[in-house]
Amino acid sequence: MEGGLLQNALIFLGAAIVCVPIAKKLGIGSVLGYIFAGILIGPFVLGLVGHEGEDVMHAAEFGVVMMLFLIGLELSPQSFWKMKNKILGLGGSQLLLSSVVLLPVFYFLFSFPFNASVALALSFAMSSTAIVLQTLKEKSIEKTAAGQSAFSVLLFQDIAVIPILAILPLLAGVQPTHETTSPNAVISFLQTHSSLTIIGAVLITFLISRYLINPFLHYIAKTGVRELFTASALFIVIGVSFLMTQVGISAALGAFLAGVLLANSEFRHELESDIEPFKGVLLGVFFTAVGSTINFQVLAEKTSQIIMAVVSIMLLKALVLAFIGRYYKISVTQNVLFALLLSQVGEFVFVLLGSIYLFKLIDKPQSDFFMATVTLSMIASPLLLFVYEKFIANHLTSSSEKPKDYKVEPEEAHQIIIAGFSHFGSTLGRFLRANNVNATILDSDSDRVALLRKMGFNVHFGDATRLDLLEAAGAAKAKIIISAIDSPDKTMELAELVKKHFPQAQLFLRAKNRTDAYDLMEKDFTNVYRESLHSSVYMGVDVLHTLGQRKYTATRKANDFIKYDTIAMKRLITAKDDMRTYISNVREEIAEQERLLNEDSKFMETKADNAWDNTPLKK
Amino acid sequence: MTEQKLLILFFHPRFENSKSNRRLLEATGTLNNITIRDMYEIYPDYNVDVKAEQAVLLEHDVIIWQHPFYWYSCPPLMKQWLDLVLEHGWAYGKNGDQLKGKCVMNVLTAGGTFEVYQKSGRNRFTFRELLSPFDQTAFLCQMIYLPPYIVPGANKISEEELEDYAIQYTEVLNLLQSTALDTTKLNSIEYFNDLKFDTWKEGFYKTH
Repeated sequence: MEGGLLQNALIFLGAAIVCVPIAKKLGIGSVLGYIFAGILIGPFVLGLVGHEGEDVMHAAEFGVVMMLFLIGLELSPQSFWKMKNKILGLGGSQLLLSSVVLLPVFYFLFSFPFNASVALALSFAMSSTAIVLQTLKEKSIEKTAAGQSAFSVLLFQDIAVIPILAILPLLAGVQPTHETTSPNAVISFLQTHSSLTIIGAVLITFLISRYLINPFLHYIAKTGVRELFTASALFIVIGVSFLMTQVGISAALGAFLAGVLLANSEFRHELESDIEPFKGVLLGVFFTAVGSTINFQVLAEKTSQIIMAVVSIMLLKALVLAFIGRYYKISVTQNVLFALLLSQVGEFVFVLLGSIYLFKLIDKPQSDFFMATVTLSMIASPLLLFVYEKFIANHLTSSSEKPKDYKVEPEEAHQIIIAGFSHFGSTLGRFLRANNVNATILDSDSDRVALLRKMGFNVHFGDATRLDLLEAAGAAKAKIIISAIDSPDKTMELAELVKKHFPQAQLFLRAKNRTDAYDLMEKDFTNVYRESLHSSVYMGVDVLHTLGQRKYTATRKANDFIKYDTIAMKRLITAKDDMRTYISNVREEIAEQERLLNEDSKFMETKADNAWDNTPLKK
Repeated sequence: MTEQKLLILFFHPRFENSKSNRRLLEATGTLNNITIRDMYEIYPDYNVDVKAEQAVLLEHDVIIWQHPFYWYSCPPLMKQWLDLVLEHGWAYGKNGDQLKGKCVMNVLTAGGTFEVYQKSGRNRFTFRELLSPFDQTAFLCQMIYLPPYIVPGANKISEEELEDYAIQYTEVLNLLQSTALDTTKLNSIEYFNDLKFDTWKEGFYKTH
């Protein structure tokens, strides 16, 4: 098709721009929005895209690779190593048990031959990395027990892809070397000695990340050409993926490893901000493509069978997950979330189904049937989470236990709402409570919600940026609404939501650092509290004291400095507008540091006050 | 006729528990041209902003320190304020004449009565004697130290009595706002409390 690329891009992006904001407004998450956009443009509704949807999907799957690279960047090798038991235990048991449970479904229910059943059971045990991770991030539940466990399972699944792909030909009774061997002798050797290759590839990735990429990035950074850095970031991710797929390892896993190894690099943030937009767009396109490939013809012909298949597969997977979660002592609410999160069948099946079909383990109509099943389960997943968040979680947490020693008056109208009760919010909440001020708390970690409820707090579970949740918490009558959320984006979202819908409430906002504070103050929010200000300045007091200065003098200087810094901040906001173009976090931070240090000289020049200073009197 | 600008610098670390001070400040609400600064509210960390405070002083003609009489003196933030704001070279000493000619006075709420604050009483000294550090501070800054106004027995005061003190306080402030006031004539009284309500005013106006 002439001009096909531009036209397709236009259709895909356009549909997403229309559908995703609506989905976000409805509170069902962006993933569903993208999928519906895909259905809309697919051959069965508007027919704007035909079967090229599948190709787009495979291309856009690279978004998943980028996502894993980014996740790797946030995880240092040390913390990755700490997770190893969880990954092996949770992930291993999930894959094994799910496959064992699903095997009879394919063998007896669909009466496939045994080898095909094994292949299908293994691939259907996989969950969707793209959907789950995107959801975790969007709902800010990465740090909860369910979120971390889900991540471990997904990571294991990504690793397991390699051996599964390796045994598929065996199951089909084909010699593994037939299909895949490259004419190149070296590569064919690598492909036939997979365990050796994997160790070698990991080692090479390690060495390259450690000794090559960093000096390379330094060199690129010195050129000062901004887009060259973006190009390098892309080059690294694509390069690692290419290398890995060449030796038969999943690209996603390779990218993840590279990310982990670069997590300690000083260019981490720069890489992150460079890759992030590509990842976002590609993932969006990927979900849209998934939507567009749904074969409604198959769906219409075999509606009841497909729905049966979806329900039974997801139910079995969820039960297995819940069983494992229970064994690993995940609390009930988190366990339900964990099971629902991972119950869908992942996009990896598309790849595996292709191979299974290629090896003639199943025929074309069967392949189409399962394609539809998988897609439907992917759509069901965000819907299930929506239902969980809205109806199940609150019910589960409230029924757990009755308040013990603290009593909350039910009629007591809470005038204060605290969104987020992690370390920042809890310190604040405890202080207020110690002064007999009770607040309504919103938090998205159901474990924490359960605990707080037990302690007699008035807690609502869920994402504080949801309008209905705010309403349920009494935002319309609240005097003060506090954002103590970790994520600066969420804080901004909440602040704007409150400003628009509950203008009577005064906002108090937590900012992680100056940059976040700038962003908030630029939107005319006034009560902005930088969490890095007071503790670091008062640490400075103790440092000066240790150096021999009197504590009171140092404390007075500290108070002056905080006051001065707050004023300087307001002054710098105007200066900042000029350079509001897209520059990366790190560079922005350095430019910021420079301006700050220049400003600070003004502080040092100001005359120390005369208090208790008798030098002028001694003259 | 322009009025004198009044500044009440109010120092109370537990204002929420002080009925008498609340009533006194409420009463001042009837007056125009008066600035009230609740200092413990402005400087909870004692980090007095010297430049800002000096600027406020320059804008006013009569400065009133209103505070409870703790341990025969002022609350600590007020002492902090005195130490920091009345700088050498600004308020006193070489070239220190920025406050020259301004009036200043203490307005106290005290636990004891006038009877207790006497040579023969439990507190052995009069209010005026105990306030002499402030008197001298004003003198060093070339300011006019006005007679203090005192709400005695403030802990056990009745509503009616308090009401009378509040009214008398506004009368005093009203007098101080008048540019016709001859401050030298105030030397004849020890406390503003001594004034007879109906007839006292005229005696202090300037005569030409």
